[in-house]
Amino acid sequence: MADTLDRSAAPAANLRPFYQRFSAAELKEALRRMYLIRRFEEGAEDAYTRGLIHGTMHLSIGQEASAVGSCMDLRKSDYITSTHRGHGHCIAKGADPKLMFAEFFGKEEGYCRGRGGSMHIADVEGGNLGANGIVAGGIPIAVGAALAIKQQKRDDVALCFFGDGASNEGAFHEALNMAAIWKLPVIFVCENNKYGMSVSTERSMAVAHVADRAASYNMPGQVVDGNRIEDVSEAVMAATARARRGEGPSLIECKTYRIRGHSKSDRNRYRTREEIEEWQARDPIGHFETELVAHGLLRDGEIAAIRAAAEGEIAEAIEFARNGTDPDPREGTRDVYTTLGAA
Amino acid sequence: MNEMVRELTYAQAVQEALAQAMEADERVFLMGEDIGVYGGAFQVTGDLVHRFGEDRVMDTPIAELGAAGVAVGAALAGSRPVFEFQFSDFATLAMEQIVNQAAKIRFMLGGKVSVPLVMRFPAGSGTGAAAQHSQSLEAWLAHVPGLKVVQPATPHDAKGLLLAAIDDPDPVMVFEHKLLYKTKGEVPAEPYRVPIGKAIVRREGNDVTIVATAIMVHRALEAAETLAGEGIAAEVIDLRTLRPLDKGTVIESVKKTSRLVCVYEGVKTLGIGAEISAMIAESEAFDYLDAPIVRLGGVESPIPYNPVLEKAAVPQTPDIIADVRNLVKGRT
Ligand SMILES: Cc1ncc(C[n+]2csc(CCOP(=O)(O)OP(=O)(O)O)c2C)c(N)n1
Ligand SMILES: [Mg+2]
Repeated sequence: MADTLDRSAAPAANLRPFYQRFSAAELKEALRRMYLIRRFEEGAEDAYTRGLIHGTMHLSIGQEASAVGSCMDLRKSDYITSTHRGHGHCIAKGADPKLMFAEFFGKEEGYCRGRGGSMHIADVEGGNLGANGIVAGGIPIAVGAALAIKQQKRDDVALCFFGDGASNEGAFHEALNMAAIWKLPVIFVCENNKYGMSVSTERSMAVAHVADRAASYNMPGQVVDGNRIEDVSEAVMAATARARRGEGPSLIECKTYRIRGHSKSDRNRYRTREEIEEWQARDPIGHFETELVAHGLLRDGEIAAIRAAAEGEIAEAIEFARNGTDPDPREGTRDVYTTLGAA
Repeated sequence: MNEMVRELTYAQAVQEALAQAMEADERVFLMGEDIGVYGGAFQVTGDLVHRFGEDRVMDTPIAELGAAGVAVGAALAGSRPVFEFQFSDFATLAMEQIVNQAAKIRFMLGGKVSVPLVMRFPAGSGTGAAAQHSQSLEAWLAHVPGLKVVQPATPHDAKGLLLAAIDDPDPVMVFEHKLLYKTKGEVPAEPYRVPIGKAIVRREGNDVTIVATAIMVHRALEAAETLAGEGIAAEVIDLRTLRPLDKGTVIESVKKTSRLVCVYEGVKTLGIGAEISAMIAESEAFDYLDAPIVRLGGVESPIPYNPVLEKAAVPQTPDIIADVRNLVKGRT
């Protein structure tokens, strides 16, 4: 889409890198993806409440800026690794909500043919190596993907999403050390939403910021406002550029907040209503809309149109998923192996 | 005196055991993820943090290997930790401390120390939580000398085996099936112990022995009820402890029935059924067998997310009925 709006209001040289790097069309696409994530999760929540899907799910409502901001500067051939709270990452990297919903509904059409569900959605073709049911499970895997990139002399990167809680696992520390000693092209993006399930970072970490931990591994560690997409994106741009130049890994900590409970069964006993409301007022989507309008990149009427389109796309995706194909129970043990030798 | 009959859920029974153990012995404390104000992922610890404080109901960071090691160290130095894994699957992150340390320290140190450690593992499938939150890994741990492994199937045994585990001077691994947490049963109010290493005959019968564990005990009993209507009298044994195994109860039963079916949720091959079958084949009961031994276990795959596939991945009551019927109908 051509950049039709007048951007002369602000001289290009005065614009921050985020607005220099991305066209109006790209910025609007970023906003669209944020809506899409929000509607996807609201749709998932609704389907769950109505008993249409089983299991559990972890919603990232309120964290859309870190997901989308982190992926804006990525190519399709770059990798991400994701977490149990991974719907946003998946959509941010360009996944099709139809196939995601089909996975939710356990259908053959789903990204994992109904075998994985919410906690294991992956879009390998799109560069998403997968959500993960194991906290910190994806961190060393991102480092491994970066090792392969380096071995194959590609200039791609691996971007690794993880939570504040995950940074207390040994796997986090071991992985960061290896990424640093081998100068691998990894960007570690911590989405610090203040809690690992019910335990606050104050109670679980001896340092104030996850980014402080980067110093132990001699890599840059930066704290950004995770609810401001432009802050997230600029930090990631610098880190990806560094990684592509072969200068090694970086750690970015996005301070953010999950508005919903940890999972379906959370009674929010460990935090206050006031805290939740305070963060609700700092909605990353509202912030980005205001920014785009202020930069003359978006007219008020367009916001409604983008929202409506996202809503329509999600409604269609749910319909598609509901009409999907149920797996054949006789195929239960398919794909355990690629090949299984003589039995 | 005859107490008023009192029903508790399995989860409440576990909680009561924890509370009574902490009341009786101030060395006992709990460690785990989100066991404090959150009350535990399955609400087993519930409000205990309000009764016993954060020093005895300790929320750990998400750090299974390290936290398990801290529990081992505390046990070695005179405390009595009861460690909750949020899901049994996360034992895989702590295997080093469980298998290399907790299980072996006493032996390696020439019997100079013991490790009075209890670990609790919410286990099993059926909740739609997919491959990394649904495993049955009890046979893994039961393979390790130095560990004791129990699998209570009822609220009564959940309390009694846990109290016995906390008394025990050695590391005891307690597997609690997630689908059992909300099931109810009679539980005496006072503290009591169910001995580790003792199986129990849950239903008597002469035609076939069904050895089952955890939730499969209930499915086996259901199956036995249906089969009784067809004139097949199944004896159902709840194994309760995997290590040390109560061989005698199973051997005696098989000598009586001459047929053996093992039902367990873990993957069929190289699991509990293999051990029970081999144990019978090595015993005097072998001569009494009238038919091949049957194992019903989990399919050879991770647990799938799709609910239909998930159900098909582990033995269900109709599967048990069908297999027992086939086995017994083939009788001479
Ligand atoms: C190894 C492991 N331990 C525990 C859990 C249970 N669990 C799932 S998510 C979670 C909290 C993770 O916190 P954080 O990394 O901050 O991510 P957030 O949920 O806040 O997005 C816990 C304890 C798990 N899935 N894997
Ligand atoms: Mg968190």
